[in-house]
Amino acid sequence: MDREEIDALLTAAAKFDQHEFTGHELDDKILAVLFFEPSTRTRMSFSSAMMRLGGKILNLGSVEASSIAKGETLSDTIRVISGYADAIVIRHPKEGAARLASEVASVPVINGGDGAGQHPSQTLLDLFTIRKSMRLENIDVGLQGDLRYGRTVHSLADALTKYNNIRLHTIAPEGLDLPNHMKQDLTDAGMEIIVHESIEETIPELDVLYVTRLQRERFPDPAAFANFAATYRITPELLERAKPSMIVLHPLPRVDEIDPAVDGLPCAKYFQQAHYGVPVRMAMLHEVMSP
Amino acid sequence: MKRSVSDGIVISPIRNGTVIDHITPGEGLTVIRILGIQDGTNVTFTVATNVTSSRGGRKDMVKIENRELVKSEVDKIALIAPDAKISIIRDFKVVAKKPVEVPSDIVGVIKCPNPNCITNTREPAQSRFVVHPRGFRCQYCDTIISREMDIGDYI
Ligand SMILES: [Zn+2]
Repeated sequence: MDREEIDALLTAAAKFDQHEFTGHELDDKILAVLFFEPSTRTRMSFSSAMMRLGGKILNLGSVEASSIAKGETLSDTIRVISGYADAIVIRHPKEGAARLASEVASVPVINGGDGAGQHPSQTLLDLFTIRKSMRLENIDVGLQGDLRYGRTVHSLADALTKYNNIRLHTIAPEGLDLPNHMKQDLTDAGMEIIVHESIEETIPELDVLYVTRLQRERFPDPAAFANFAATYRITPELLERAKPSMIVLHPLPRVDEIDPAVDGLPCAKYFQQAHYGVPVRMAMLHEVMSP
Repeated sequence: MKRSVSDGIVISPIRNGTVIDHITPGEGLTVIRILGIQDGTNVTFTVATNVTSSRGGRKDMVKIENRELVKSEVDKIALIAPDAKISIIRDFKVVAKKPVEVPSDIVGVIKCPNPNCITNTREPAQSRFVVHPRGFRCQYCDTIISREMDIGDYI
């Protein structure tokens, strides 16, 4: 997606968020929800978005799942399901599955996340959440956590290169910083990247702090994990040094990265961010299915 | 017809077909594989490997009889033999001679190095790579084969 397409979609999402819709926009439409790996929230969020616009849902049931288990290819499944629905949302463990599906489908395909690859609806709702609080230009965005394997941060960082003067601050344990090729691509796209040792030194300059979950298995031993988790935990005390306008985001679910005492502060936007998944997905569904 | 002495010794002229010269030494058989004319086909071809080049150094050469390769076919070999030269032969005469160029869109040639890529499954999907500033990018999973990697490992 280019900048104009993203902005148009976010503007449409803002209307849905402000309840500027009749609820009959997709009255006679059917969305096939094909999740080949579990992601209950993404599935519910797409389903909720479809229902709010008056549309109906076809879920991949256990019977269909079993014919896939019998060895049917994704291509064949998609060709068949294309005849049952007006659009397909797919989530699949293999990277590039959504693109392949879009090539063989006769109806529009929406990517609900494929493997470690793209997860565009998450990125759009991340951008939407930022845009609710500030202009998407000339801001300092901090990314904290597992930046090496975390696909949401890769996707977000890539999308931010389309906006002007976004400075990216990374805060990650050793070995879990952004991959070098990723840094290279971002820098080539004109983005400034500042690598930080600690969250304390970074916090006063940030407009957005995007925190991601750390996975224990990425650390050499439990002590290393506990050490990082304690050092980088977001607490009310730490946030006292932040700009009053700064917002904290997290793709959820969180574990220990953010102290629950932060939840009540005005900067805590992560639950709101999760709710924005619905208007953003309404905009995506409306875009591909409205007459 | 005009042939260089070194070529003539190891590989005889053909009446009609295609000659691929100046292939990177050792890559002649890979060129055959990329062109999809391995055993099982009835195409007659000859591979000469580590031939002394008239320009100095060594090279591989491939001759394919009774088949004129088109540009989209031969450009695929630019990935592993960027200096290769293609000659189309009719009645022992070179009727066309051209260098190879790396295509911007490479379909069905490169195997994606990402084991989790959808093209590395049973799906009837051909791999598709496009030129990227750092090398070649998989159109499905965005994995990049950078210039520092040996692309021959993925062909
Ligand atoms: Zn791939």
